[in-house]
Amino acid sequence: MFESLTDRFEGILSRLRNRGRLGPEDIDEVLREIRTALLEADVELGVVRGFVEAVRERCLGLELSHSLSPGQQVVKVVNEELVRILGGESLRITYAGRPPTVVVLAGLQGSGKTTTAAKLARWFKQQGRNPLLVAADLQRPAAVEQLRVLGEQVGVSVFSQPTDPVSVALAGLEEARRLGRDVLVVDTAGRLSIDAELMDEVRRIAQAISPHYTFLVIDAMTGQDAVATAEAFHETLALDGVVLTKLDGDARGGAALSVKEVVGRPIAFASTGEKLDDFDLFHPDRMADRILGMGDVLSLIEQAERSFDEGVASKGAAALLEGRFTLEDFLEQLQQVKKMGSMSGVLSMLPGVSKDVKRASSMVDDRQVGQVEAIIRSMTPYERRDPSIVDGSRRVRIARGSGTTTADVNALLKQFREMQKLMKGFGKGGMAGALGGLGGLLGRGPKPSPEALAQLAGMAGSPLETGGLGGMGGFDGDGGRHSATPSRPSPRSKGSKGGKKGKGGGRVTPKAR
Amino acid sequence: MSAPDLVLATSDVVIGLATGIPVAVLAAGAVVLGRLRRRAVVTPEAPTLEAPTTPEAPTTPEAPTLEAPTLEAPTLEAPTLEAPTLEAPTLEAPTFRGRLGKARGLLAGYVSAVRARGSVDAATWDDLEEALIRADVGVQATDAILEDLRGRVRSGEIGGPDALLAALKSDLVTTLSSGARSIGAPERSGPDSPVDVWLFVGVNGVGKTTTVGKIAHRLRGEGRKVLLAAGDTFRAAAGEQLAQWAERTGADVVRGNEGGDPSAVVFDAVQRGSARGFDVVLADTAGRLHNKANLVEELKKIRRVADRPPGTVAEVLLVLDATTGQNGLAQAKVFTEAVDVTGVVLTKLDGTAKGGIVVAIQRSLGLPVVLVGLGEGPGDLVDFDAEAFVDALF
Repeated sequence: MFESLTDRFEGILSRLRNRGRLGPEDIDEVLREIRTALLEADVELGVVRGFVEAVRERCLGLELSHSLSPGQQVVKVVNEELVRILGGESLRITYAGRPPTVVVLAGLQGSGKTTTAAKLARWFKQQGRNPLLVAADLQRPAAVEQLRVLGEQVGVSVFSQPTDPVSVALAGLEEARRLGRDVLVVDTAGRLSIDAELMDEVRRIAQAISPHYTFLVIDAMTGQDAVATAEAFHETLALDGVVLTKLDGDARGGAALSVKEVVGRPIAFASTGEKLDDFDLFHPDRMADRILGMGDVLSLIEQAERSFDEGVASKGAAALLEGRFTLEDFLEQLQQVKKMGSMSGVLSMLPGVSKDVKRASSMVDDRQVGQVEAIIRSMTPYERRDPSIVDGSRRVRIARGSGTTTADVNALLKQFREMQKLMKGFGKGGMAGALGGLGGLLGRGPKPSPEALAQLAGMAGSPLETGGLGGMGGFDGDGGRHSATPSRPSPRSKGSKGGKKGKGGGRVTPKAR
Repeated sequence: MSAPDLVLATSDVVIGLATGIPVAVLAAGAVVLGRLRRRAVVTPEAPTLEAPTTPEAPTTPEAPTLEAPTLEAPTLEAPTLEAPTLEAPTLEAPTFRGRLGKARGLLAGYVSAVRARGSVDAATWDDLEEALIRADVGVQATDAILEDLRGRVRSGEIGGPDALLAALKSDLVTTLSSGARSIGAPERSGPDSPVDVWLFVGVNGVGKTTTVGKIAHRLRGEGRKVLLAAGDTFRAAAGEQLAQWAERTGADVVRGNEGGDPSAVVFDAVQRGSARGFDVVLADTAGRLHNKANLVEELKKIRRVADRPPGTVAEVLLVLDATTGQNGLAQAKVFTEAVDVTGVVLTKLDGTAKGGIVVAIQRSLGLPVVLVGLGEGPGDLVDFDAEAFVDALF
């Protein structure tokens, strides 16, 4: 299996990082590798050519810098070009002065329109809007039913009628006006870009309801054809943006680059999982960071902000600092993390986490996390505060109560003890020690590379070392102010509310399989 | 590693992650803060990341990136009330060539460019490379195919551009037709013989449920008694979608609860299929990304259950979307390792996508394409024809 774009770039660029000077032949080699990597990532050939040329020109013109090594400079250039292609900045939704704001989703069959419609409605709801879903896919059997079920799960009503797609859309708009809904999300049938009849139908839908936003839903696994498809839809519908789906797969998502570059419309949203809250605005700068292996720290922080309950987070931080982190605190933190989405999703956004760890994390599903939770919940409050009192008979009781084995209980307790040790290191040794310990915590799992950890520790810099966890105050309190998306109206208050809603939403999302 | 060991290792990972992630999240928070501060020093004009210590307000706080949408009154023309095109009126199976014809000519430019040159030169190879890459054949497979042809041109075995094109085509046809076969379900010899189970696997949105429906239509046409197992218990209304196909094709269907255990549905279907004299059970499964280990495990379990008497797994078909790029190879590899795929169904080939990834799949895994989806109608599923497929690539 070939490496992902991230791995590939990491390979090339780590060689460059250690190089003192960079000759034209070095640049050629790098560019050849980048070309292959981009093609294997399904970036469209024409886009690859443009990208490689742009990077070459800038690399040749590079002036020696005092602060950056030539390798770092190339990284910077590649990163900047990636960001440029991916969109420069994220799309901001402007709501119609006279509601409802109408959003139409179109795309090929199986790109994920129906799921996206529900996720988008949920997102709008989180923004404090009051959306209505319209099921205008009358083609695929049970598509309407699917949207109804999903609508119920996100708490948004779904309008449809068995007439024809154009009338359904139009009636949906009327219905939204009648009900005073301020956002209308219209799901349409999947269609091929060369199916003249169906393309005409979607054009008529757009004419009938004049959408404020028309999004093309595109699968991150799409190959070279992404561009032809996007161009055809753009010609028919005048797209405003693209929704990229199935980003939780291991596809490298070159389609995102291609479509952005060729159609010139931003990737507005990205869908990163099967859960209905695995969906957010697309952040091109972060995506490029991710491609370059820097992790998507910013997304993670924002997500954490939104779903972390401030009190719980700071309580946890305090407990950590004072070295009295108990199983009860752990359980609380676990709930917080669960709200942020799937474990592997969260982990994949952390920088410096090696792909081996990520691979190991993909083995974890929420049911297994549930098992850990069950074990802790089967303990008495005393046991949770002081696990050392758990003896043989208590262990048997806990195992029975949680439907696990005593070996599982033992494993948990052992891991927890190790973690407590790590916590003490966290207080004393600062970031490097703590992150090193995190690798160790993964037990038999592979560890993050020491390089990455060192790099991370370097990135954290002195403020952390001197300020220690005092820095956490900033993370809890000021987070919203330097959030990279200005699009959310009032990040703090909305944020924590969103978190609570998110918890409720968690209950109605389909069970993790 | 023995089974209990594996369980323990997994539980270690869970615990490690569950404890590690909160810590890591907190740590990441600190890291970002540190980073922001540093960035604030190095590049004070960093556009989106405002340093927490910088007192001045952002330069353009509310400049919207998009203009306010124009608020025209929607054109309220009377909606044209056409009959919804629910059933494609395809009574006979479409011809492979006829349907593919729509998308032909996209890469024809390369071929004519190659032909127009009198001899084989560097530009010829560039054109061929480009054509193959644009068809999603992939860099590795393209390099290997062209490397072989280069050798044959050098040795004089291949003369001019026409001979080169012919050699390329015949190479591709040979690759794609190895292991080619027509699949079908024989009638069950008696009530005691095991019932054939066909399993349909693939990532989300490739068209598994639709393919099951189309195959049901085809096998019903051959007079088989077909039972559908709605093994996609995850996607909302997937069971409903399959039930509609059952009704449309005159097959029976076994459904479970949404969110239920798919293996249980398949088990029930096999029991019922065997007891009620069905010839074949077509088991739909939920779409799953191949990098989700737990979901791949679930699929293995489904296969084990289906293969237990009175059932026997006759086919495991990987459903692959023709628009899929290089990720298709990873999909084929993981699914083949997990559930021993017997063939590929290439869907949505009636669009502009070429589906060249099947060349790479055939080359590296020897997995043949057995069926091709050419539309949404029940009859739009035909046997794979390597020659027609290759013709359409150019």
